[in-house]
Amino acid sequence: MKAILLDSIERDLPVAHRDRTLLRWLSTVDHKEIGKLYLMAALLFFVVGGVEALLMRTQLAVANNHLLGPDAYNQIFTMHGVTMIFFVLMPALLGLTVYIVPLMIGANEMAFPRLNAFSFWISFSGGLLLYFSFAAGGAPNAGWFNYAPLNQENYSSSPGINYYAMGLLLGGIGSVTTAINIIVTILKMRVKGMSLKRLPLFVWMALVNGFLIIAAMPSLNAALSMLLLDRLMEAHFFNTTAGGSALLWQHLFWLFGHPEVYILILPAFGIYSEVFQVFSQKKIYGYVFVAASTVAIGLLSFGVWAHHMFAAGLGNTVNSFFGASSMLIGIPTGIKIFNWIGTMYGGRIRLTTSMLFAIAFLIEFTIGGLSGIEFSIVPLDWQLTDSYFVVAHLHYVLLGGSLFGLFSALFYWFPKITGRMLNETLGKWFFWLFTVGFNLTFLLQHFLGLMGMPRRVYTYQDIPYYTILNLLSTAGAYLMGIAVIILIYNIFKTIKAAPMENKDPWNAFTLEWYAGSPPNEKNFIDVPVVTSRRPFWDLKNPENRDYD
Amino acid sequence: MNRLMMKLTIGSEAIFFLCLIVSYLYFWRSGNFQKEVAAHLHIKTTGLFTILLLCSSFTFWKAEQNHQRENFTRVKAWLIATILLGVIFLAGQGHEYYNLIKENVLINKNEFGSNFYALTGFHGLHVLIGLVVLIIVLLLTLNGFLRNKSSSVLSTVGIYWHFVDVVWIFVFTTIYVLPYIL
Repeated sequence: MKAILLDSIERDLPVAHRDRTLLRWLSTVDHKEIGKLYLMAALLFFVVGGVEALLMRTQLAVANNHLLGPDAYNQIFTMHGVTMIFFVLMPALLGLTVYIVPLMIGANEMAFPRLNAFSFWISFSGGLLLYFSFAAGGAPNAGWFNYAPLNQENYSSSPGINYYAMGLLLGGIGSVTTAINIIVTILKMRVKGMSLKRLPLFVWMALVNGFLIIAAMPSLNAALSMLLLDRLMEAHFFNTTAGGSALLWQHLFWLFGHPEVYILILPAFGIYSEVFQVFSQKKIYGYVFVAASTVAIGLLSFGVWAHHMFAAGLGNTVNSFFGASSMLIGIPTGIKIFNWIGTMYGGRIRLTTSMLFAIAFLIEFTIGGLSGIEFSIVPLDWQLTDSYFVVAHLHYVLLGGSLFGLFSALFYWFPKITGRMLNETLGKWFFWLFTVGFNLTFLLQHFLGLMGMPRRVYTYQDIPYYTILNLLSTAGAYLMGIAVIILIYNIFKTIKAAPMENKDPWNAFTLEWYAGSPPNEKNFIDVPVVTSRRPFWDLKNPENRDYD
Repeated sequence: MNRLMMKLTIGSEAIFFLCLIVSYLYFWRSGNFQKEVAAHLHIKTTGLFTILLLCSSFTFWKAEQNHQRENFTRVKAWLIATILLGVIFLAGQGHEYYNLIKENVLINKNEFGSNFYALTGFHGLHVLIGLVVLIIVLLLTLNGFLRNKSSSVLSTVGIYWHFVDVVWIFVFTTIYVLPYIL
């Protein structure tokens, strides 16, 4: 195998101030450092959002509790949702993409390094602005989807929703510019020989995800702009007392909102596709199916938004159409589950923490998928909507899907990013505590939902089974909290430990492990010409190379 | 690379404007837009400014052409013409807004006001951003930069500027022409 020299980036990149710590982090344009900034910001917001979740669960631990009043509770559940979706999952997944993708495709930088820094800082400022609302007279309190007319001045008179709109607008602009950057990087900066048919699956997911972001965010941005005009200049878009439309907000929001859940899950699918291969020491089973079903998900995700609006009274024709399309979109996701199981079949499986999270994901995500299919049956949706069944469903897909993916990625790529292995014993403690806590919290909420407990209400009467199920649910939440403390301790302990010798601790297949661990400031001096889907495997096993 | 980036950007922007146009049409009937347009908007005046904006696409295309031929004096001349046409369009929009405000058509008056100002305002904002970029390109050209035929700067900016014009065709059709057809 011949090594070629990279010539994709010969121009000088702007160099950050290396001698000053703070200035360096503020001014860096290096994709690896920006990736780390994204991940650290996400961890910060994750802790904040997690504390909010624990506050809610503490309030709900017993019946007729008055620890948080209704006002505080409304603000906390809104901030929890907005924080976790827009300022934890999105930046963490995008940050990981920004860090890993150039390394995986054998590039030394993103296509637009300065734009990369701009994207991070504008998104991060959006998060700070959102939290400034607490100091400015009250946080947003109308839920993460912020329905009209509740989002109007005459119903939510605190300035919180203005901060919601401005914070998410900044975050939205940052996401779109990152997505554009990622797409251009993937399409224009791949190493010689890496055709689209040989892209690592994580990169495939990042590519489709980029297009989803570009197409979905503008709808939210338009809705938020109109909302700001409503609130600051008394426009009439969503003000139902003056000719505005509540339904228009729902359409615009969910036209963004449903693709958004795929934006949160596709990068995680990419992570699992890499993790299952490496920890089974086997090629992915059905590469083309994984990639093609992702494209199918991307296209279908724009045709299902009204299944969030079955209770809005759109009529049977519309409801039936969106019910059917929602059942349809389960298929490409189901295909992938079989691909991953097939990848494990007959492989040499290593049950590392990373792999444990991936295997747990298969189970949790299937549960979340099954409860999701139930919602596509319209009469069932009418029964279950706005109950704790929805809360259980969305946490099974968002935690069991995206967050487990992030944890899996954290344990898989931590040696890549820092040159140090996270402690596996602590990792397994973390995994079991978190998974048990997660199922305890949210499995029980299915039953609460079926029994009719409404979501977003700050307390409940002492009805039979309500208190015990809620108490157990709260106990589960605290287990997750303890698990996260163990994780953070693990990270801090590992960062202080001595670096490892081996740059490829997992015997991985893709090019990011060909670079150093951690990579040098210039990722690669030379890169092998890619001749298959597992270039690093080929390099390590020249007598047993892939041909695909 | 630059051109691909700009194409993706305008793809995203196109969906943004699509949402605003859909919103405009959504309120069309309930807000009596047909009557409002007939009472307050003047298709002939705005049509004239529309033609001027479309001319700016032509002048920019001439600038690009001369850039390819490395005729930089003409590049400057066509760029200045483009900027002037853009400024005239914005001035026209400002004049229209001024008259509407005098007639008490405000963003908080009714659904028509809200939608009209949001749609045309966001378009105007895009013209303004385009003008800022064009002025930067002009200053660079005046100072001897972008003298390389292979530089993609002009053609990248061009994608954006032509996009702003195309969006206006849709906006103009929706707001000014549609009431006459329906």
